[in-house]
Amino acid sequence: MTPKRKQRLMLVTFIVVGVSVAVGLTLFALNQNINLFYSPTQIAQGEAPVDTRIRAGGMVVDGSVKRDPDSLFVQFDITDYDKTVTVEYTGILPDLFREGQGIVAQGSLNDEGILNAVEVLAKHDENYMPPEVAEALAKAGKMPQPEGQEFNK
Amino acid sequence: MIDMVVPELGEYALILALCLSVLLATVPLVGASRGNALWMGFARPLSKAMFLFTLVSFICLSWSFLYNDFSVVYVASNSNSALPWYYRLSAVWGGHEGSLLLWALILSAWTLAVAVKSRNLPQDIIARVLAVMGWVATGFYLFILFTSSPFERYLPGYPQEGADLNPLLQDFGLIVHPPMLYMGYVGFAVSFAFAIAALLSGRLDAAWARWSRPWTSVAWAFLTLGIALGSWWAYYELGWGGWWFWDPVENASLMPWLVGTALIHSLAVTEKRGVFKSWTVLLAIFAFSLSLLGTFLVRSGVLTSVHAFASDPDRGLFILVMLAIVIGGSLLLYALRAGQMRSESSFGLLSRESLLLVNNVLLVVSCAMVLLGTIYPLIVDALGLGKLSVGPPYFNALFVPLMSIMLVFMGAGVISRWKQMNIAMLVQQLWLPGVLAVLLGVGATWLYAGELQHWVTVGMVLAWWVVLSGLRDLFNRLRHRREKLAGLMKQSRSYYGMVLAHLGTAVLVVGVSLVSIYSEQRDLRMQPGDSITFRDYTFIYDGNRHVEGPNYTSDQGQIRVLKEGEPYAEMHPEKRLYTARGNVMTEAAIDPGFTRDLYVALGEPLENGAWAVRVQYKPYVRWLWLGGLLMTFGGLLAASDPRYRKRRSAPVTAS
Repeated sequence: MTPKRKQRLMLVTFIVVGVSVAVGLTLFALNQNINLFYSPTQIAQGEAPVDTRIRAGGMVVDGSVKRDPDSLFVQFDITDYDKTVTVEYTGILPDLFREGQGIVAQGSLNDEGILNAVEVLAKHDENYMPPEVAEALAKAGKMPQPEGQEFNK
Repeated sequence: MIDMVVPELGEYALILALCLSVLLATVPLVGASRGNALWMGFARPLSKAMFLFTLVSFICLSWSFLYNDFSVVYVASNSNSALPWYYRLSAVWGGHEGSLLLWALILSAWTLAVAVKSRNLPQDIIARVLAVMGWVATGFYLFILFTSSPFERYLPGYPQEGADLNPLLQDFGLIVHPPMLYMGYVGFAVSFAFAIAALLSGRLDAAWARWSRPWTSVAWAFLTLGIALGSWWAYYELGWGGWWFWDPVENASLMPWLVGTALIHSLAVTEKRGVFKSWTVLLAIFAFSLSLLGTFLVRSGVLTSVHAFASDPDRGLFILVMLAIVIGGSLLLYALRAGQMRSESSFGLLSRESLLLVNNVLLVVSCAMVLLGTIYPLIVDALGLGKLSVGPPYFNALFVPLMSIMLVFMGAGVISRWKQMNIAMLVQQLWLPGVLAVLLGVGATWLYAGELQHWVTVGMVLAWWVVLSGLRDLFNRLRHRREKLAGLMKQSRSYYGMVLAHLGTAVLVVGVSLVSIYSEQRDLRMQPGDSITFRDYTFIYDGNRHVEGPNYTSDQGQIRVLKEGEPYAEMHPEKRLYTARGNVMTEAAIDPGFTRDLYVALGEPLENGAWAVRVQYKPYVRWLWLGGLLMTFGGLLAASDPRYRKRRSAPVTAS
């Protein structure tokens, strides 16, 4: 190999190694921080991992919201009209949170199958349904009228 | 009777603008390739006419909004007669269709600006630049007319009242945020057009970079301002005091910003030294492609996001196809022409060129990392592997270290010399700023917090490092001048633009470090008479009062604030009910300050007259937007440098 080629090979090797390390680290960071979405049915069937940060979504069950009288602790059920999961949360609920509304909760499941939420999301307007929730409902065959397409317009 | 057909006039005007854009995209291009001056000469008048008709169309839509023409579907679903007139006007870009029309208007305005402000450019170049703008405009006019016309009507029966503008958007922030952001997004179309025109003509020289630079700087400045305004708006309007969420749509605006920042620096190298040409062209292509990708992500509704209000598969497909054409076409052209690009000079391993290259690489890597985190959920979903979201920790874990490294190089880059310098000289220049930065940074952190939290310390040291190495550079520039003040006046506007923008970065870093680590927040249940104390401030809740607004009713919290026991302020956070759609909105009460904000928001009503209340102390949060403003002014100042307007008779070297 001529010295020039050797130099180029060094450079290329250096770049390849550098890029691989960067990509590896990025993917590692990514894997540490992804939150998978589970529907209540999947959670009830035990598909969701315990003590791992996940997202769960569904409609808030009418009459299920219970507040603690002395703190901001609140408990409610979410459903895909097939199975139901209980969510516990301490803090301020979003403006659009109400019974019958689609929400997404982020948190981890405990051994009893209760979701300890650190964040509850309900977005934008009364017709909005988080896409994951719409899909989960559609899968369970429980999409309320109007249809999902209409919902997000 | 003419007022009955205003929406139709708007649509016709838009169709005319489309026809003009098709002409603009073809005639001057053919003229340029054949050397036909007459055909090339069509570029300027066509650009002006295209702007005129787009403006007419936009005015027609605004007219429909102003006079509450609810027979227009878009007006009916985004406005209401109870809205004040200024929100009726800003509602024009409150939804999907209108914001695209605004986009098209701004695109044609940029085209007009290029046409008017480019008297000293060779005719074939300006013909090609405007033609490329014409291509982009054609794409957008087609998109609007075929998938999302704002002029569609409810006929014959139409609603008597509109559905109202989303209350989140009834706000000063929304009046100004989208136009500024679009000015930035679309402004990169100009850089893109210059790059493509240069590729087409095969003349990639320093002159090309000099023409492109002021446009790119202005676009970048507007994008910076748009992002800063968006962050400010989210801070006070979303109600929870966050200023950056790593939301996909925020990422969509950050990505072109990162690449645009790289582009500005790379253009400087290309202009001054004639190297990095192909890299610069590639950056220009990517900056605009990422702007388009941003539009796709926002407008197709594929992402779960606070901005995801329109979802329509046709629209997503259209933008995806457009994206494929733009990226594929321009990369193909690039591949065909890249071989002809030759560097005009060389540079050593340690030189301003290589330091700027490092800055470019870091910016582009950060952008790639943001892109990966943003579209990873989409890819996984498309492959049917499940639904997931990527959380802020991912972005923070990668973005913060990358930017920290970049700040280190930023200080060194300012002081370095073009072409070649030895390491001894760099050390001799930088040891003092370095030592001082560490001392001041650590000292400032200690004074502020009484502890040395590691990220805050790093942030403070780096902020001082950027400022002090900039001062060192200024000192070098003035050292040999006897009249120091006259020397200061002598420095160019682009130099001061750079100084302002870098200073803005330092200010931003201070703000980010302090507000991220030392914000305090309490969520609590408050009954009338309850109080809470933290950080010298006592917040006393005195119950709620009922308030009537023009199109809402409100529960207004009465909160007295004591500072060290003395009465200090009254704060009135609100919970509003917008009657038209029955939307509930949180209006936070903010007591702004240079070194801290007090932030109070009402959560929800609980039993016995109690409310959930969130009280926050936000140190140095204003510095975020102050930094953004400094960068914006820096960009504008640099673009206004008179040397860009000088008519250069320097020969344009043929390839």
